[in-house]
Amino acid sequence: MQIGIFTVGDVTPDPVNGTTPTEHERIKATVEIAKKADEIGLDVFATGEHHNPPFVPSSPTTTLAYIGAQTKNLILSTSTTLITTNDPVKIAEDYATLQHLVDGRMDLMLGRGNTAPVYPWFGKDISKGVELTIENYQLLRKLWDEPVVNWEGKFRTPLQGFTSTPAPLDGVAPFVWHGSIRTPEVAELAAYYGDGYFANNIFWPKEHYIRLINFYRQRYAHYGHGDPEQAIVGLGGQFFMRKNSQDAVNEFRPYFDVAPVYGHGPSLEEFTEATPLTVGSPQQVLERTLQFADFFGDYQRQLFLVDHAGLPLKTVLEQLDLLGEILPTMREEFAKRRPANVPDAPTHAARVDAKNAEKEVQA
Amino acid sequence: MTVSIVALSAGLGEPSTTRMLADKVVASARERLGDVSVEVVSLRELAHDITDASLTGFASARLQHVYDQVAAADALIVAVPIFKVSYPGLFKSFVDAMETDAIIGKPVLLAATGGTARHSLAIDMALRPLFSYLQAFIVPTGIFASPHDWGSSGEHALQRRIDRATGELASMLGGGGTGRTREDEIDLFSDTMLSISNPDLR
Repeated sequence: MQIGIFTVGDVTPDPVNGTTPTEHERIKATVEIAKKADEIGLDVFATGEHHNPPFVPSSPTTTLAYIGAQTKNLILSTSTTLITTNDPVKIAEDYATLQHLVDGRMDLMLGRGNTAPVYPWFGKDISKGVELTIENYQLLRKLWDEPVVNWEGKFRTPLQGFTSTPAPLDGVAPFVWHGSIRTPEVAELAAYYGDGYFANNIFWPKEHYIRLINFYRQRYAHYGHGDPEQAIVGLGGQFFMRKNSQDAVNEFRPYFDVAPVYGHGPSLEEFTEATPLTVGSPQQVLERTLQFADFFGDYQRQLFLVDHAGLPLKTVLEQLDLLGEILPTMREEFAKRRPANVPDAPTHAARVDAKNAEKEVQA
Repeated sequence: MTVSIVALSAGLGEPSTTRMLADKVVASARERLGDVSVEVVSLRELAHDITDASLTGFASARLQHVYDQVAAADALIVAVPIFKVSYPGLFKSFVDAMETDAIIGKPVLLAATGGTARHSLAIDMALRPLFSYLQAFIVPTGIFASPHDWGSSGEHALQRRIDRATGELASMLGGGGTGRTREDEIDLFSDTMLSISNPDLR
């Protein structure tokens, strides 16, 4: 089980002290948060990609490479990389470069993006979002898996005799997750290629995510990658914790009440009951998180949203310290319940080993 | 076989004239259809849940229960007050937070109350287009009740319109419907889906 954090990268006013970080402060805070994640022993740091205010992460590979240079073990990832509006050729090049720079300590999660104006700003049509996702991903696969690409599609200039450079490290392309909460075609795409499937599991009741996760598991098996329970599933989650659960509720409530997405709506109590958000003690966060596996089946990657709703950097770092304290137990409990036939989360090293083993069998 | 009906009353007052109209329509439907089970839902009691769902994008457990009842019903009776040319915002928010395909092909009877008879086209100008968009199977006769209709002299006319509308509802329920219902299954054989495992079809 890989445990980590994912960030949206929003610049949100702190409703308690009334200040708003500058973009510069927010970007630097993101780096501090990632370094802290590495320090407490988390496995993954993932950043979103956005091209509109109030969000700062428009250039994920730049940020991830910078973080990669200052961390040791952290896997650098995205949540998500826009497969619709980015040129797949540029995705192939940027992420392969990152893969070399951080010695394989990375992967990426593809998503469609749901901000309508971003599509025309990049010369695309949102009503073609699913078709763009499929065609662009099919091209991305070829760019990473074939040395010379001849290709023609609907949405991009044809390629004749094109070689994407650099080629993936050790001849093994970065592992790809597909993030989606509503689109069966994305689950099908992940299943067909044997890639990972990620449900953000925040802001909505967990019941909303189960249908496509189960669909992905079935289709993963249908395409011959393994049994349904062996499919590679990732989940999000959200918490705010303090040693004393009432302190957590009191401190988080002013942020919750005016937060982007759910602010001015249901009460904190209603929302924590209905969605995977846990506000309470570390023990409560631990118990709630372990329940995800009861509901969705044993899975490979758990990412938490911690730097949200205008929480100050100091508070976010404290949240990570608290997460660090329950991390060994969380790992142990997830490992204890995972059946032997359910695979570990993919890493570059493991995938290189698997490739070499396959070669030996063939030879 | 028992016919299940959900009656949605969007009256905001308590007591509510709109609820009174809904109850009259339900009584007439019971007479027409005989074996019916009716659930009358007052949106006023769900006002907070509806606002929350508008902001969060998901329904609370009790609001979801109503959406499930609506989706499972054989027919809907919808009664709304007319405020400032149209139905109340709360009713529109209820519909906005509902799945777009929830009532495809479902028989729906439309009723409204208004402060004067001059609002009587609101059913046809405001409510009917909304349910056309939702691809419901709309009863031809809409029932509009102005204050005048509740007086002794108007009662007969109102009751006649109600009975005409429930008669139409009964014949719609007895017929083959539109032949269309909500599609819950994931379509594995759409062109887009097939293009994933076979790029040449793209």
